[in-house]
Amino acid sequence: MTEIPVLGLVIQFGAFILDQLPFIAHAAVAVAIPIALAAMCGVMCERSGVVNIGLEGIMLTAAFVAWIAGTVAVATFGSGTPTPVFGITLPLLIGLVAAILAGMAMSAIHAWLAITVRADQIISGVIINIAAVGMTGYLNTLISKQSPVGAGGFTPLQLPASVSDLPVVGWLINAIFAQGPIAISAFVVMIVLQIYLFRTRWGLRTRAVGEHPRAAETVGINVVRLRYRNVILSGAVAALGGAYLSMELTTSFQANMTAGRGFIGLAAMIVGRWSPVGAFGAALLFASSKAISQAIIFAAPANDLGKFLASIPSQLYDALPYLVTIIILAGLIGRSIPPAADGQPYEREAAT
Amino acid sequence: MTGLRNALRQIWATMALPLLAIVMALVAGAVVIILSSALVPGHGFDPGLPLTAYKALFEGSLGTDNARVETLVQAAPLLLAALGIGLGFKAGLFNIGAQGQFLMGAIAAVAAAGALKGDGALVAIPLSLLAGCAAGAAWGLIPGFLKAVSGAHEVVTTIMLNFIALALLSFLVSGPLRLPKSPQPVTAPVSDAALPIFIGRDGHIGIILAFLAVPVVWFLLFRTTRGFEIRAVGANPDASRYAGMKPRRLIILTMTVAGLFAGLAGAGNILGINHQMSATFSTTVGFDAITVALLGRSHPIGIMLAALLFGGMRAGAALMQIKAGVPVELVDVVQSIILLFLVASPIVRRLFRLRGVKASLGTTDTMARTYGNEVIR
Repeated sequence: MTEIPVLGLVIQFGAFILDQLPFIAHAAVAVAIPIALAAMCGVMCERSGVVNIGLEGIMLTAAFVAWIAGTVAVATFGSGTPTPVFGITLPLLIGLVAAILAGMAMSAIHAWLAITVRADQIISGVIINIAAVGMTGYLNTLISKQSPVGAGGFTPLQLPASVSDLPVVGWLINAIFAQGPIAISAFVVMIVLQIYLFRTRWGLRTRAVGEHPRAAETVGINVVRLRYRNVILSGAVAALGGAYLSMELTTSFQANMTAGRGFIGLAAMIVGRWSPVGAFGAALLFASSKAISQAIIFAAPANDLGKFLASIPSQLYDALPYLVTIIILAGLIGRSIPPAADGQPYEREAAT
Repeated sequence: MTGLRNALRQIWATMALPLLAIVMALVAGAVVIILSSALVPGHGFDPGLPLTAYKALFEGSLGTDNARVETLVQAAPLLLAALGIGLGFKAGLFNIGAQGQFLMGAIAAVAAAGALKGDGALVAIPLSLLAGCAAGAAWGLIPGFLKAVSGAHEVVTTIMLNFIALALLSFLVSGPLRLPKSPQPVTAPVSDAALPIFIGRDGHIGIILAFLAVPVVWFLLFRTTRGFEIRAVGANPDASRYAGMKPRRLIILTMTVAGLFAGLAGAGNILGINHQMSATFSTTVGFDAITVALLGRSHPIGIMLAALLFGGMRAGAALMQIKAGVPVELVDVVQSIILLFLVASPIVRRLFRLRGVKASLGTTDTMARTYGNEVIR
């Protein structure tokens, strides 16, 4: 039996990743954006104590509404001339706004069921998902028969060559900023959310309501109102992810086009320990593993490592995010613990 | 006389909300059809379209002998998977993983069938079905074990396992189990293990197994000590622990049995209908079965009725699309509205002044509550 040089392989793998990173970073960010947005929606909900497994449905609805509103707007106002930066047109903006409103409407349903009706929040999430698949599929089947002309899509930022060719950091700047407006706004959302959640009064209150709502109420925080606000606002974040799919990554809607991204977002939220930066990082990690699997196919290293990597089935990379999440949830590596009141309907104590 | 009246009252109290949910969902579905009727090709705005659509739906599910068999064929996997999910509900567990358990059952059955080629149906069929059960059970055991040992919530782990099953299936079908020299990645046909047809065009014997599972689960739940313990743990984990039961062991047991049923559903479908698996093999059984279990109030008889309803809708949807131009996705719309009414039952009860009617989701209180503080002792 030949000995497997594990340490050697690890070093070679590290070198391979460093070598490939500049090439795959841009694609990895593009893949990570919708996952990260879904995950941050989840963070906003669950930090205030509302479980949301309807991320997938919210995104799917938003993706559909973005496309259909854009289509209607093109038919009404014409497509207009796109701006030189980002290729923004009026129909695209209308589509984006409509998508955000649709996402917020879907989360408002979830909020009502979870907070006011005090229904089981997981069933409520399932309802959101099934309703989204049903309604978008139903309307898409009807509408696509008329082969509508959509509003197109946002275009990525064109960086001057002097920036993207910078040594050492050029590829990083390129990966983050040579993207469309929704992708770049995802980074903004991450930074804002991280600061808000951990540095402001709203954030402190949100976390208090998610950990111990009764205690929060006794110091005068309106638990119900805060949860409503967070869940509905979070719908806008997930909606950005949906709009990204049908207006930036592609330029039209396909049935079921979210393809499980909402659920990977759920995984990213858990792996990222319910923090916006962590969730975004986990989304990037998941997306990179996929991108690396592509790089292995196209640019496999010619040494032992190459043989080893080529022997790994590509489906393992597909399953990786879910495996990592289970391992972390099981507490094998670094425990990840949800907010204490997550999933529990809040009932005010009866006035005596 | 009073005995009969009490019994009727009991039945009304149990069935009022599910029936109301179904009726309201069909009404809401009709509204959706009317509002979208202008988009249907060859139609203007047409308030009569729901009638045409529902007539076709009915005809496609119950109108002919073939349609009735097709309803049974569609209902069988839903019934099996929902029995498992319902068992979980009784124990306070939310098994979203029927999807993955179904897929694992199907892939294991097709693998076993491939290995048992030439051994004759009497050997191949039972062993392939058993392989499916075992794989499904294993896929249920994992989240049960994780919940019992580390408190990892079963909702999240089963969602993750659904996708892992999908990746595993794609790997196996395009790798080890691939039929040599086939242009597309498909497995070998199940040959000897194909379930015999006993009724109609494709009424395979898996249907009989599915309906036999109803009394089995009923007996398990209401006539055995284990069943009593499962219900006790679901109603109040703390009290059942003080009474000397072992919630951890019961959680593992329940999830495993639930997985077994979903695995059998998958095995039945692949051996009875598909006979071969492609890499894109997919199903809506997992999520449909959640609705079926909830609509049937987690009771075996209720689940059977709900499974027949949804089997009928799935069976008739195609004819509805052909005859009325209404897309099959209407079934999903109706399904989500049914769920909405069930879950909002406190509001519905107040709205329709239904006093003395049981809330529709009585047994599920303990599920989401354990999401945050996940300690099981």
